[in-house]
Amino acid sequence: MTASPLTTPLVGKEQFLAEFERAESAFADNGRGWLQPIRREAIHRFAQMGFPTRRNEQWRHTNLAALESQAFRRAPDVSLNEEIVAFARSFLLAEPGALQIVFVNGNFAPELSSLAASDGVRVSPLAMAMLDEGELIRRHLARHARLDERPFVALNTAFLRDGAFVHIPKERRLDAPIHLLFVSTSAAEPFVTHPRNLLIADEGAEAKIVETYAGLSGAAYFTNATTELVVGPAANVEHYKLQFESPAAFHLATIQVRQERASRFASHTLSTGGLLARNDINVALAGEGCEGALHGLYLGAGKQHLDSHTLLEHASPRCSSREVYKGILDGESSAVFNGCIQVHPHAQKTDALQSNKCLLLSDAAAIHTQPQLKIYADDVKCTHGASVGRLDQSALHYLRSRGIAEAEARALMIYAFANEVIDGFRIDSLRERLGRRIVERFQRNGV
Amino acid sequence: MPLLEVKNLHVNVGGTEILKGVDLAVNEGEIHAIMGPNGSGKSTLAQTISGHPAFEVTDGDIVYGGESLLGKKPEERACAGIFLAFQYPVEIPGISNSLFMKSALNAIRRSRGLQELDAFEFLELIKEKANTVEMDEALLSRSVNSGFSGGEKKRNEILQMAVLEPRLGILDETDSGLDIDALRIVADGVNSLRAPHRAMIIVTHYQRLLNYIVPDFVHVLNGGRIVRSGGKELALELEEKGYSWLEEEALARS
Ligand SMILES: Nc1ncnc2c1ncn2[C@@H]1O[C@H](COP(=O)(O)OP(=O)(O)OP(=O)(O)O)[C@@H](O)[C@H]1O
Ligand SMILES: [Mg+2]
Repeated sequence: MTASPLTTPLVGKEQFLAEFERAESAFADNGRGWLQPIRREAIHRFAQMGFPTRRNEQWRHTNLAALESQAFRRAPDVSLNEEIVAFARSFLLAEPGALQIVFVNGNFAPELSSLAASDGVRVSPLAMAMLDEGELIRRHLARHARLDERPFVALNTAFLRDGAFVHIPKERRLDAPIHLLFVSTSAAEPFVTHPRNLLIADEGAEAKIVETYAGLSGAAYFTNATTELVVGPAANVEHYKLQFESPAAFHLATIQVRQERASRFASHTLSTGGLLARNDINVALAGEGCEGALHGLYLGAGKQHLDSHTLLEHASPRCSSREVYKGILDGESSAVFNGCIQVHPHAQKTDALQSNKCLLLSDAAAIHTQPQLKIYADDVKCTHGASVGRLDQSALHYLRSRGIAEAEARALMIYAFANEVIDGFRIDSLRERLGRRIVERFQRNGV
Repeated sequence: MPLLEVKNLHVNVGGTEILKGVDLAVNEGEIHAIMGPNGSGKSTLAQTISGHPAFEVTDGDIVYGGESLLGKKPEERACAGIFLAFQYPVEIPGISNSLFMKSALNAIRRSRGLQELDAFEFLELIKEKANTVEMDEALLSRSVNSGFSGGEKKRNEILQMAVLEPRLGILDETDSGLDIDALRIVADGVNSLRAPHRAMIIVTHYQRLLNYIVPDFVHVLNGGRIVRSGGKELALELEEKGYSWLEEEALARS
């Protein structure tokens, strides 16, 4: 029997299983045999789990039907035309000495990247690094991001091909930020990429690492990203995740962090693009005396759906965590915030604080906010709070009564609300650019 | 023609009629004091003039500079020169006091076809004005009124008035909760703005402020109406006798 060229394309889980069959031989060819069983295990797990439904507690408020019913091709190769180059450049960081690695539709773009590192700092495509850093990579890759209950990490791992590899050696303190930029372009048909990043900061190292995802407007695609980040003993890492996907895009990403003893880690997340975006940040405070901080801002408009799931796993004594998430929702957009704090039985003297504040600019916008506290130790300080509100009308009137027009007054207040998070961005060019973007975004939406 | 003319003003708040026919005419160069018991509608009158959307005018009119204010937005009223020092200044976390005042001043300047002040020019101006109201410059970089003490909030209102230089300034209990020094500073601020083309309405409970800012007229608002108007002596009389004699008088009349 020959397949008719008119058969409806496979969608959902089936398309990925079929694609894996086709792709696996190509993977096996690249001479890294140790990955093969990992990929097979991953596709097996994905096959078992499939796409989560809303009966799954972790996906209760995020409907994946639109994602599941679409066919996604392998990402097309593109030649870098002026439009793409200008678009990518508009996201590059202005800080001198910044190391920037750029991928276009999942493929490394050396023309747009600047990777001249020194003192053993390594920023390179993961596929390339596997050739000469095999041992280090093998020790960490797919060792931290668990597959159970995480179908999209499993899917990413099954199709693991390339992404960024960053290694900061012992005691190296970097001033200039490292930037991972993933650009998606428009194509004839929707496509999928599975960026996979491995970031390792050795003992006492310090770095700021930015991950940006951006898509040309109108581009329809699915970004399925996974990042594993290891913060070594007494290391200090700030991680920034900026999501500016195209308005038609699906973005599902997991960032898995492991903190060794006395390390410091801060995550700063901005989620504003995409039709449907979900960001999971899981931090394991594995060693004693760690500090972890999660700061997030989600900005939704139109029919966007933005989901933020965080997990702070206090697995050792005397760790502290601070979490502040804020959201601004306009139009018919919706968002989910689910912050889980888990304290293991021996993680005494844990100090955890969580807050989520959401500003609703329209009646049709909706937020589902849910703290989850799973505390199995007794000497623990843990506080959480959530609030949902509208623009404060008396503040709005106060501004207007001083001559400030309504639109400007609203923009000022929206900016003020977001500023608490943006202010914590310790990369100057980013902070300035984001402030402008926020004001523009909500002005454009006729707020 | 008066600068401000309030005519038979009826105002509803949340479905309840609070102002029940207020008449008031304020000419350029004059200072009017409005007194009256708690809940009599003084702030309602002030907020209605400023254009607060919660206050619904059901009858009557407010005419300013020959034009009705009804239907005008709060920002249009401010650009036309109306300034209200709030009884309860609003805290706005996340917006710095100086950005707030710069946005306000430049909005008003734009509306008058004047060049906007740049950051440097504004800084010069705001420092000078902060100095005249003896306000700590640290308060300029803090969020608007956030965590300000009661007195600092009131002083901040006067600073805004000094920066925006209105034609009609309305002070709603700016003297409440001030220590003696702050009271003098507020009074100096008002007096320095006193000019033939300006007018002020001072809402207060205390004769004390009127020793520093001598009013041309004193009005008593009670139950949503102006029940008595007079010269500055009226304030002294009220201080001595309270408001009950006015109510008794009104009862006797009816
Ligand atoms: N938003 C509102 N909803 C319902 N009632 C209101 C509202 N605002 C004011 N009021 C009522 O209107 C009446 C007049 O209030 P207003 O604030 O004008 O009084 P006031 O004369 O300024 O009093 P005070 O001297 O205490 O400042 C009061 O009874 C008050 O409770
Ligand atoms: Mg009042």
